[in-house]
Amino acid sequence: MILQEAGIDPRAKWLLAEGADAAAMTRSVPLDKALDDALLVYAQNGEMLRPEQGYPLRLLLPGFEGNMNIKWLRRLKLGEQPFMTREETSKYTDLMPDGTARQFTFVMEAKSVIVRPSGGQTVRSRGFVEIQGYAWSGRGRILRLDVSVDGGRTWRAAQLQEPVLSKCLTAFRMPWQWDGEPAVLQSRAVDETGYVQPSRSALLAARGSESYYHYNGIQSWRVASDGSVENVHA
Amino acid sequence: MRSLCILLLAACTAARADGLGIGAPASADLVRAWNIDIAPDGRGLPPGEGSVAKGAQLFAERCAACHGRGGEGKPEDRLTGGQGTLASSTPVKTVGSFWPYATTLFDYVRRAMPFNAPQSLGNEEVYALVAYLLYLNGVVGADAVMDAHSLPTTQMPNRGGFISDPRPDTR
Repeated sequence: MILQEAGIDPRAKWLLAEGADAAAMTRSVPLDKALDDALLVYAQNGEMLRPEQGYPLRLLLPGFEGNMNIKWLRRLKLGEQPFMTREETSKYTDLMPDGTARQFTFVMEAKSVIVRPSGGQTVRSRGFVEIQGYAWSGRGRILRLDVSVDGGRTWRAAQLQEPVLSKCLTAFRMPWQWDGEPAVLQSRAVDETGYVQPSRSALLAARGSESYYHYNGIQSWRVASDGSVENVHA
Repeated sequence: MRSLCILLLAACTAARADGLGIGAPASADLVRAWNIDIAPDGRGLPPGEGSVAKGAQLFAERCAACHGRGGEGKPEDRLTGGQGTLASSTPVKTVGSFWPYATTLFDYVRRAMPFNAPQSLGNEEVYALVAYLLYLNGVVGADAVMDAHSLPTTQMPNRGGFISDPRPDTR
């Protein structure tokens, strides 16, 4: 609406957003995204943004990498080409094993994590445990969430908690009877485009180990027989 | 509250007659103070120039404490070297090995450096520092002078190193 009110030159394809922080942080945003679902945010949950959240105004681009949500927004500028700022050239590009780097990889693909039980926590007793976590996708709604308690050999569908909204955190839960034996817990999100959250090894195979900004591999928590929980690569 | 300044490609500042009537045109002074971005084609570069020699002196005074005497890094980002390492198991991303545009260097140094006093450097100081950093990376010679013409025509080693987003790329 702000852009429509100001008027958009038909040649414009990109939007430069600039913060009022000391470094005047800048990122280029595709104009299509700005006109689709971008928000200029001044409040959250009924209260003004806090200083560290970008008070008085910040950009929010649902589903895109968080670095683009420019805080303390002071300026928007339209252009025909991306502005090639430091953050979108030397940073926030994804280096591949062949030495090329992917650029303008904005969308955060589907990911999930079990938050209970998770690393540093302790499962206090055998028997009933409710596994809980969150899933999200920058491409839309979460369609399904699978949980494994045996390191990915078998999967069961977890229950998604309403509301299930596009590009939003989606809570899930699954009942589990822990028999006291060591177990490896994993969650795997599927979004409405059919995209399946990949394993860590699948991501490494596709992108190598130097591409870390968009890591969305399946997270594994190992529950030891004494109930302690730690991060593992399974 | 700061007012949001909307700048446009073409000259167009007043709210449209058929619009909502919100906001006010940004003053020319405000636009000038904030409109500091530099495009890859050099649009936005100010007048003035800076030499490698001047940059070496400035770098020692204003930058070396964080980036090392020769830009070798520590405690902050490494700025030099690393060419030929991007496809290795230990890639080193620096201005010389990774940055695709020399104009970005001017834009970023001017808006964000030095860390303790960003936007305190004059335009000629920024040109000099950029010249020195390009020299340290073997991109320009020791007698190079950077200005609004030479900077955007400086070819960075990794200019062709970037590709568009091919995802989804798993399964």
